Amino acid sequence: MNLFECESISKHFHGTTALQDVGFTLEAGQVLGLVGENGAGKSTLMNILGGVLAADTGQMTLLGESYLPRNPAEASARRIAFIHQELNLFTNLSIGENLFITSFPRRTIAGIPVIDRSRLRQATSRLLDLVQLPVDSTTLVERLSPGERQLVEIAKALSVDARLIIFDEPTTSLSARESAHLFGIIERLRSEGRSVIYISHLLDDVLRLADQILVLRDGEVVGRGPKSQFDVGRLVTLMVGRQIEKLYPARSSVPSREVALELKEVSQPGIVENVSFQLHKGEVLGVAGLMGSGRSELARIVFGLETHTRGTILRNGRPLSPHTPKECVRQGIAFLTENRREEGLLMEWDVDRNLGLVQAPSYIRGPLRLIRDAALSEKVTATAKQVRVDTSILRGLAVKSLSGGNQQKVVLGQWLVENPAVFLLDEPTRGIDVGTRYEVYKIINQLAAKGTALLVISSEIEELMGLCDRILVMCQGEITACIMRDQFDREAILRSALRQGSGSKTTA
Amino acid sequence: MTSFSDKILMRFLANSSWLLGCAVFLFFGVLSPKFLEIANLVNILIQSSSAAIVAIGMTFVLLTGGIDLSVGAIMFLSAVVAGKMVLGGSPLPLVMMAIMVIGVVFGSVNAFFITRLKILAFVVTLATLYVGRGLALMISQTRAMNLPETFLHIGSARPIGIPFPILVLAAVLVLSHLLLTRTAYGRQVYAVGNDLASGIKAGIPVYRIQASVYIVSGLLAAVGGIVSVAQLGAVSPTFGNQREFAAVAAAVLGGTSLFGGRGKVFPGTILGAILIQAVENGLVILNADPYIYPLITASIIFLAVMLDSLRRQQFKKLHSRKTRPA
Repeated sequence: MNLFECESISKHFHGTTALQDVGFTLEAGQVLGLVGENGAGKSTLMNILGGVLAADTGQMTLLGESYLPRNPAEASARRIAFIHQELNLFTNLSIGENLFITSFPRRTIAGIPVIDRSRLRQATSRLLDLVQLPVDSTTLVERLSPGERQLVEIAKALSVDARLIIFDEPTTSLSARESAHLFGIIERLRSEGRSVIYISHLLDDVLRLADQILVLRDGEVVGRGPKSQFDVGRLVTLMVGRQIEKLYPARSSVPSREVALELKEVSQPGIVENVSFQLHKGEVLGVAGLMGSGRSELARIVFGLETHTRGTILRNGRPLSPHTPKECVRQGIAFLTENRREEGLLMEWDVDRNLGLVQAPSYIRGPLRLIRDAALSEKVTATAKQVRVDTSILRGLAVKSLSGGNQQKVVLGQWLVENPAVFLLDEPTRGIDVGTRYEVYKIINQLAAKGTALLVISSEIEELMGLCDRILVMCQGEITACIMRDQFDREAILRSALRQGSGSKTTA
Repeated sequence: MTSFSDKILMRFLANSSWLLGCAVFLFFGVLSPKFLEIANLVNILIQSSSAAIVAIGMTFVLLTGGIDLSVGAIMFLSAVVAGKMVLGGSPLPLVMMAIMVIGVVFGSVNAFFITRLKILAFVVTLATLYVGRGLALMISQTRAMNLPETFLHIGSARPIGIPFPILVLAAVLVLSHLLLTRTAYGRQVYAVGNDLASGIKAGIPVYRIQASVYIVSGLLAAVGGIVSVAQLGAVSPTFGNQREFAAVAAAVLGGTSLFGGRGKVFPGTILGAILIQAVENGLVILNADPYIYPLITASIIFLAVMLDSLRRQQFKKLHSRKTRPA
């Protein structure tokens, strides 16, 4: 008997169809890889399984019995655990308190039911051992790294002896080591007879872990079967619905020799050390490195969001003064943050107002300092078209209800309203699907062709290899290598990223 | 590596409330030795009891990220009803029960509008504030009420050698502290204040928890009102005026966050209430101009909140991930 079966699942949201006639089966001890573009319906389907949403039509059975959870607690009671992309932990409580927040072991003091702290500690330690997290059970969650927090979520799943665990984009905030650890745990879960549904944009990971694959597109099942029937190419084709010849569009231009931005021996104790490089007009310069190597911090220093104690940053040969984000914007430098939700977008506002956000101050006229709406509006419309967030429905919505991919395009668009001369992009394609990524790459190429100098930070080496003219590699705040396009080699880049900072100056 | 001075700064900021407290006591003690006499210190404790009780109730609400602006009005209404009943000859136990019922009823009304009708707590409790005050003024016919001697005797009584107000405060303090730190309910209050959405997903009965804190606040406001009137012996038409802000101030001074999820009843809120009272007490002893009392109190609260903010910024700075050993 299958562990889980569902068929004819449909779900509509005022006018749009999120899921149409979806069905699949899952056996015990199997890993199902669920892939699809943003908006394909993966999250909706899993929310139905997890009791967060109710399906409009269709049936679900768990071990032969009907399964219709009305809320997450019921799903939990039937031993289904859903580990969301945004972890649902209470940062002000300890690990133990998080794990047993609705099921504390109790004892009584003078008739009052109190938490039994020693039993709590024991039960928590046991679970932490199972996920191999060597942290004390009384540690507050706010002190844990994203990888450690995720292990706590898995421990939570194990505490209800979950037979089905759903992972939604689990590796986006994890380091390579933490990801490897996670895969090991998933293997263990599988060998214990538990089933896993693994959702991820990282198709290599999915193909590695899964036994069965399910591909969704526009709310429908377009591919289903054992892993052996799929490879990355076929998955991409199914997800996008068309052949993508290459994953990366061809470059049509060559960098000029003019230097748009230069860093000389920039240092900030504990963050970056002796960073020097030149960024030319029309060049796409990549920055590779492991998580925590200082790449984002470097970009923030360049943009004036953080200070630096030594070294100079020159724009067109002259230092930026004052070195603030406002001055950077004035000098034509743009910065795409890696935290689009916290630092890029105003979630309650609509697309148009978000797009106009960065450039609004330069459209102020007159003694009352009003924004020249019409002029800005024209630019905004053109930009919306350029980043392909143009349908009238999408533009009227609050940005928080857009898919991750569309949100990223809006943030990108913010900086394109006035063509930037220098564009710093931090993880521009994180968490977005293959189809949208291609669009982003095309925009990057178009900008380079127009003479913009681009600095692209990414944790995916293949992406940098497909996109860039040159790649800088950072390790522990220093630049350890500068590799030209004709010498791109995945292993060489990785090795440079892992090497200890040698202290020798590497100018690029 | 964090610098030595950074670590010292962190130590200072982490204990800033205590240090501020010591500074205040030292300051007034130096300027007037009478301040530090045992009798005066006990006095401070007695005077701060009712405010502390109300502040403890407010802490419950603040922990969930809410606010209760009606506590002053509930104090007033309880005092007025108690006064009328005592003057009418009702037995004391009945009076006590009546005012507790008033507290619970008002708290429940707040809870209903906030959790069921989903109206903003600020708005709901502001409305009940006006309703409560209006009712109280109606019942007292806007006239001051003088309570009989028997009532005052309770207020100044010292069963088992400890003043009555302090006894009540101690009971409330111990129970609240136990509730918040040792029970599942308490932990869930903190959870709801930290992340409501996660609370729902985790299966916590969030709306029941939210409702409960307003009932607790109402109840403790009523109790605080009685403790206060038992010391004063009279209820004036401005009784309980603006006490809600004093309650919030005491809680915030004690480390409670207005955004929910952070704060302690002991040692936090209780110290905040005592500190505020100590400042006023000190100013009286120094014969300071009464018009500057609010200014001084406000400055101290402002200082404490600013130190708290600095502490959090410093914490973030110290614990941000470094990419290389500096």
